[in-house]
Order: sequence, then C-alpha cells, then structure tokens
Amino acid sequence: MNAPPSIPSWSQPPGIRIENLTLRFGDETVFENLSFEIEGGSFVALLGPSGIGKTSLLKTIAGLTPPVAGCISASDGAPLAHRIAYMGQQDLLFPWLSVLNNVMLGSRLRGEKPDRARARALLAEVGLAERADALPATLSGGMRQRAALARTLYEHRPVLLLDEPFSALDAITRARLQERAAELLRNHTVLLITHDPMEACRLSHQLRVMTGYPATLGEPIEVPGATPRAPDDPALLNLQAELLKRLLAGSET
Amino acid sequence: MKNAVLIAARSLAIFAGFLMLWQAAISLFAIPPYLLPGPADVAAALWTGRASLWSNMLVTLAEILLGLGFGVLVGAATALAMTAVKPLRRWLMPVLIVSQAIPIFALAPLLVLWFGFGMASKVIAAMLVIYFPVTATFFDGLRRTGAGLLDLADTMNASPTRILWHVRLPAALPAFGSGLRVAAAVAPIGAIIGEWVGSAGGLGFVMLNANARLQTDMVFAALFVLALLAVALWAIVDRLVKWLIFWPPETGQG
Repeated sequence: MNAPPSIPSWSQPPGIRIENLTLRFGDETVFENLSFEIEGGSFVALLGPSGIGKTSLLKTIAGLTPPVAGCISASDGAPLAHRIAYMGQQDLLFPWLSVLNNVMLGSRLRGEKPDRARARALLAEVGLAERADALPATLSGGMRQRAALARTLYEHRPVLLLDEPFSALDAITRARLQERAAELLRNHTVLLITHDPMEACRLSHQLRVMTGYPATLGEPIEVPGATPRAPDDPALLNLQAELLKRLLAGSET
Repeated sequence: MKNAVLIAARSLAIFAGFLMLWQAAISLFAIPPYLLPGPADVAAALWTGRASLWSNMLVTLAEILLGLGFGVLVGAATALAMTAVKPLRRWLMPVLIVSQAIPIFALAPLLVLWFGFGMASKVIAAMLVIYFPVTATFFDGLRRTGAGLLDLADTMNASPTRILWHVRLPAALPAFGSGLRVAAAVAPIGAIIGEWVGSAGGLGFVMLNANARLQTDMVFAALFVLALLAVALWAIVDRLVKWLIFWPPETGQG
C-alpha cells in the first residue's frame, strides 16, 4: 500500500454490460430494452436533453433504482456491487463532518477503520490538504466539489458513475478540476453525465447521446487521443460542433 | 460584548417602562391592592417571602427538569422507533395525537389521583406537555433526510442501522433542536398545572394558597419568579441547542 493514492491497486477495471434494461416510473417508460457496453478502463460521457433519463440510468446502474427488467453485469463476471462509487451533481458533503471525515465517510458508514493517511493524501491530490479539518460550509463551491471527488476516490472502486459533478462551477474552476479529474480517474471505468459538450470532448474516450421518449442511445462516437485534451485543440472543437449538432437534432424529435 | 450590553439595556428599558405603566394604571384607576398590587407591593412580597419562594421554586424547577429529561428521552425514543420500524408509525401516531389533543387541564386531576400529591404527578404532566413537540419535530427531521445523502450512503453499502445513526440522526438534529426549544418553553405549563390541581410544594402551590387568601401580591411574586425561571431555562436550552448544532444550516442539499 505504498503506492500513491491516485494510482489504484487493481490491474484492470471491469467493463459494464447493460442488457435489455427497462425502467418505468408508474405508466411512464423512461427507457426500454436498453443495451450497451462500456469497455473496462474507458471514460464514457453520456449526453442528452434534460429529463431524458440520464440520471435514472446512472442510478439504476448504481443499484439505487431497481429496473423493471434487464441485467447489469461486469465484464469480468464478478458482481458489480461494492465496486461502484457515485458522485452526484450536489457535493453532498455532510455539514456536520470535517472535510477529512467527509472523505472517510464510506469507512464510517461501513464500520471499518478509517484510513487517515490515505484520506489526507487524497485531499493533498485535490489541493485541499490545508482544509482537512475545516467544515464544508467554510469552503467555496469548487473546493467542495474537490472534497467530494476525494471522497469518491477514497472509496477505492474501479467503476465510477459521475452525474454532472462539475456543472455548478464557474468556467475556470471547472476547467481546472476537469484536468485534475482526468489524471485522478485514470485506470477507472467511468460513466460521466454532462450537459457540457466541451467537458465531454475533453475528458472522454467515447461519447453517447441519449434521445427520445422512451430514451434510446445513439451510435457511440469515439474520441481519439490522450485525455485531458487542450480546450483549444482544433480536432476537439470540430468534434464539439458535431456533438452539438447531434444534440440539437436529438432534442427536436 | 457591545451587543450583550445593548440587549441588557433594552430589556431593562422595557421592564422599567412596563413597571411605570403598571403603577400609572393603579394610581389612575384607584385599583385596590387585593385586585392588582403595585410593583412596590410585589417587590415587598418577593423580599419577605424570599425563603419560601426560593424553596418552592426549587421544587418546581426539579419537576420541570425531570419532566424535560424524561419527556425528551421518551419522545426521542418514540421518534427513533417510528423511523426504524415502519409498522410502528401506524400504531404510535394515534397515541401521539391523543397525547396532544387531551388538554392537560383535564388530565391533571387524574394524574394527581393516580400518582399522588408529590412530584411524580407534576413530572408526568410536564412530560405529557412536551412529548408531542419533541416526538413530532424529531420524527419529521428523521423522515426528511435529504434523498441525496441517503443515496450516497446507499452506494457506500451502509447498513440501515448505520444510516440511521450516522446520516438520519445528525441530519435531524436541527429539527430536534426546534422541538427542544418548544419543549423548554412549555414544560413549566405542565408542572404548574399539576401543582394547581393538588400539591404540597412548588410555585403553583404558593400561588394557589396566596390566591385563596387574597394575597394577590404574593401571587404576582410567584408569577414573577416563574417567569424568570422560564426565561432562564429557555436561554440555557437555546445555548445548548446552538452548541449541539454547530454547523450552519445547509440549503439545497436535496
């Protein structure tokens, strides 16, 4: 356990296989027979209009919302439970816990011995070493999201589900945090929901667009090159335009 | 510090103004002292009766504190039980409503009949008065834990017991704090009503006796001590709640 905390100890994160997934809320079908696969170790961004069911899909994969039908499994055959960490739009820091204790929340909730050294190291990775003992209320929005990121990484799980984690931040803070996240999230299988085409293009290996009622997934768009990509990369700008076109087309149907 | 001085000065000014109005009304309408004694009469009664007022105040204080302690314990336990065991809600809710709906005035004679003239009946009366606000506010707080916090705890594979202890309970503390404040403010009602119905000590007992002998100045003196007691109690509980809930209120955490 002497490796830096940003480098996870598993050799290969598992992929996620989604087969014939159906989710309904009452009479309303969110999606039906949805099937797709996320390759192990890849970073996939999921885009689409608001209210289409992206968050519902993420919550279903996280095991928070039981599907009506279908199967979610890991590509290596082992169960997915206990291998997924979730980070939402809100930082969900517990206001009565210090930043450090928020990072170690998982240990506390599972009744395990908290790993202070690892939590402190992770806080240092996201630039919050100095604020470990502060209460969340004293942090700025960007700091709070970084603390939430450290808490997500502390869970030490190969699969990460991120629901617009950076959407509430200003453009500069967001760009910085994206770069940090891209490094810290290497060697994880990541599914990221975002409304920001730029964010999707900078961070991910593959883009998926969700459209329609009930929702379906468009063909995957592969994004070549190493992440995080520079925001002024011409290829990235082209792709961003293409993506925006698709999103606009999708929202008309 | 400057603030505290200001608050003290303002309180004093209000108090002095009130005393002057009081004295003015008596002089103006020539109210006899057995109907409404003047501030000086009440002050004299306070001084001459100080020993008896002090010892009776201690009786009432003990009743209130015991009632508060047990009431908060039983109320918090009820709220926790209703949160942890869902079927209990349907069974306990009616009990809770009834505990609030039956006026304590109607119940006090029965309590004295059952538990005697001593402290027990007053402690139970105070308990009954505060049971509902404590249980209702705490239960509400426990139920309204942000869905986001619960989802997060769920993805961290927390057991329901740990979620209750580490998530729901602290998240419900602000609501519990409001319940405690209300409880501190109304607990004296229960104790005093219990004393009025039948007792051998306490400020209610002093008032009852003085009232029967038309010693109106002593009734006012006892009321004054009771008011001081109530304000002090509320201030202490308020401090305690602020210390317990040290984090600032959050907004928009689902």
